[in-house]
Amino acid sequence: MNIIGLVFIFGGLFFLTISCIGIIRLPDFYARTHAVGKSETLGAMLFLLGLALYNGFEIASLKLILILIFIGFANPTATHIMARAAFFSGLIPWFKKKDRNNLDSNEK
Amino acid sequence: MTGIFLGIAIYMIALISLPLYRLIKGPTVFDRVISAGLIGTNSIILLGVIGLSYNRLDMFVDLAIVYALLSFVATVAAGKYLERRRQIK
Repeated sequence: MNIIGLVFIFGGLFFLTISCIGIIRLPDFYARTHAVGKSETLGAMLFLLGLALYNGFEIASLKLILILIFIGFANPTATHIMARAAFFSGLIPWFKKKDRNNLDSNEK
Repeated sequence: MTGIFLGIAIYMIALISLPLYRLIKGPTVFDRVISAGLIGTNSIILLGVIGLSYNRLDMFVDLAIVYALLSFVATVAAGKYLERRRQIK
């Protein structure tokens, strides 16, 4: 059980690293919500599953699985609330440079 | 086997300090709120690692449950306030 737990822990660390690098380097707020909502949630869930498997069959492992399920549906919901608040406040998404000059028209 | 959890804890401290750049620099207020949520989720994981390293996982898991709930409620409250305010900076 220890080795399976360590495999899950290192998998979760990989996704957490990608998410924390992504929030620095991505160009726009709406792109950064992808890094926080999806990849951070997956990294946290894999990590907590690895901790629960490493600990064995106890009550603390059951509580860790409870935190895992809660993070799995609370983190994307919170990210969606932030993105919706940004959209209704009027934040415009980021375009590439060749499309940025004609934001108002529909032509290419 | 306990030496590897010390290494993982030091690595998690480095991962907690990475969103601080976006917290300071972020041009909108929404960047700052989601980077605070990211720091919160990384802190939950750090609590789990420390609890396993000191063989007191029961105590630290209770702290992690409370902190996860607190972070979620804070983000929802900030979202409802910022939607009414209609101002980006």
